[in-house]
Amino acid sequence: MNSQLPIKQTFTKESLKKQFRLSEFLAEKIISSVAFLSIAIIFLIFFFVFKESLPLFSFGNDAKAKTEIQTTTGDKPESYGTITEDLKPESYGSETTEELKPESYGTETTEELKPESYGSEPVSNDDLKPEAYGDTPKEDLSVASSDETMDAVSENVDGADRTWDTFLSTEWIPVSDNPRFGLMALLIGTLKVTIISMLIAGPLAILAAVYTSCFASNRRKEIIKPIIEMLAAFPSVVIGFFAMMVLATFFQDVFGYDSRLNAFIGGVAMALAAIPIVYTISEDALSAVPKTYSEASLALGASKSQTAFLVTLPAATPGIFAALLLGVGRVFGETMIALMATGNAALVSVNPFESVRTFAATIGSEMAETVFGETHYSVLFFIGSLLFIFSFALNAIAEFYVKGRLIKKFQGK
Amino acid sequence: MKDIKIQVNDLSLYYGEKKALKEISMQIPANKVTALIGPSGCGKSTFLRCINRMNDLIPSVSITGEMLVEGVDIYDKNVDVVNIRKKIGMVFQKSNPFPKSIYENVAYGPRINGLKDKGQLDEIVETSLRQAAIWDELKDRLDDSALGLSGGQQQRLCIARTLAVSPDIILMDEPASALDPISTSKIEELVHELKEQYTIIIVTHNMQQAARTSDHTAFFYMGELIEMGKTNDIFTKPEKKQTEDYITGRFG
Repeated sequence: MNSQLPIKQTFTKESLKKQFRLSEFLAEKIISSVAFLSIAIIFLIFFFVFKESLPLFSFGNDAKAKTEIQTTTGDKPESYGTITEDLKPESYGSETTEELKPESYGTETTEELKPESYGSEPVSNDDLKPEAYGDTPKEDLSVASSDETMDAVSENVDGADRTWDTFLSTEWIPVSDNPRFGLMALLIGTLKVTIISMLIAGPLAILAAVYTSCFASNRRKEIIKPIIEMLAAFPSVVIGFFAMMVLATFFQDVFGYDSRLNAFIGGVAMALAAIPIVYTISEDALSAVPKTYSEASLALGASKSQTAFLVTLPAATPGIFAALLLGVGRVFGETMIALMATGNAALVSVNPFESVRTFAATIGSEMAETVFGETHYSVLFFIGSLLFIFSFALNAIAEFYVKGRLIKKFQGK
Repeated sequence: MKDIKIQVNDLSLYYGEKKALKEISMQIPANKVTALIGPSGCGKSTFLRCINRMNDLIPSVSITGEMLVEGVDIYDKNVDVVNIRKKIGMVFQKSNPFPKSIYENVAYGPRINGLKDKGQLDEIVETSLRQAAIWDELKDRLDDSALGLSGGQQQRLCIARTLAVSPDIILMDEPASALDPISTSKIEELVHELKEQYTIIIVTHNMQQAARTSDHTAFFYMGELIEMGKTNDIFTKPEKKQTEDYITGRFG
């Protein structure tokens, strides 16, 4: 009977022919282009930030262009810092010694108070620092002559070099007749705050995550998790304000240190900002560890805490590591809290109770007051690039080196 | 009776309102293999997990009745659950080695009991792996991750891990259900050898496996213990109709 049935042909070349699915095609293309766009955006940001700092790297032609801009604006009061700095390398050596003394700095502030009269100020400066300083501004006033512009160009080559030299110094005095861009001071400040805050935020957040995922009952977990995550929605300016007004006073009473706003206070405040991030991601990582692991451990007669710390936590190592990295990233780039709570003095010391100035805070506070195109401006953008490079390098090292080692240590080869 | 290891009296278990085990009473003999059989959802795994109190982990579970192990009620409120689980090991249905090295997996149990001496640990690891008949396969790669092993090796590693804490009773929850026939037969041989030293309770869906490996068999259905007896008797002349139907494949 079966053989009498006509064989219905299901598979023909026609029915199996390749089809073009427009929506599928478009969706695929759009998704991939969006993905590449987001990657491109990151690199473009870096590119544009870095581009602004390029004059620092130009020891030749670019320097000329830059100097020309500056010389045309030379007699306007707001560019006073640059002109002297760029045109007069020879005044550098002798002035440094002077500038280290507080009184010479004091003079500057009085000058800054009346910027409009600055261009013609040299007379008063002459009195204070006769040998190195006196002739500079006088040249400033007559800068229009083309001879001197050429002169300035050749000297600016040294100027770029000199800016680089100051990067390694420990002083951050960007607005001065003899500006110093001591990135070391800022770097140390940034690292100090980052380390302090991660030392606080890391253990707190991870332990909180361990508690909620391994110990707390479901009901408690449902209450605790959103509450800690709510901290993430706190604007950092509010945290900074809280640190400045409440924490600073409290900790000063406790520890009795001198400067009220310092790296420690900044670190504590930034820890508050980093905790919710580290917590949330660690908690997710811990909860994602298969229940079978903890069951196996418990069935072997391990206590709850042994299970949590010897099985669940090591199994969640990659996730917790990512959480810590995001926390570091947050702290590293945190601007408002750093501005409000760290004291903003670029001091070099290992004492956590000294004021510090971070990269991000420096950009935040000085960008609005700097002159477009001058060295200070470029340096700020250079700092921006450094922030980018540092966090990129940190992530790369962590991702490719430390994480592998940790996984090997906790989870075998 | 001195060769009764576990005496269960009227044990009932509730998931919230739902009664999952209904007044189970049974005796499990020492140094024998007892198989628990029955269709899915009949409560045999739940019962197995009662024996080392793994059901404590589920918040909604409540238990009534007695579970006497060598005469001591393990559900007494003065009993420490950690100590119970040290003496009553468990092998799970899905092999679940820790994401650690093979060595660390086996050494984990002794370590949490405070054993630090490297020589002793090495010895325990070796004897446990030997007992689980996997030492020869793994002795050269003890530092490799346990997750890289095959399913059958993982399961035997889990058995070795259980043996390393030297329990009295070993509970096995369908230990071979996800394994190929060769690994399964290895596990079955293992069970056979282990019963010299341990009391073994094994849950299985596989009737032949129950017949091959066990000395006693208990048939569960709908949360009730229908029948229990010597494996031979259960499989050849079951007393209850339900048991016979299940064993002969008429339902379940």
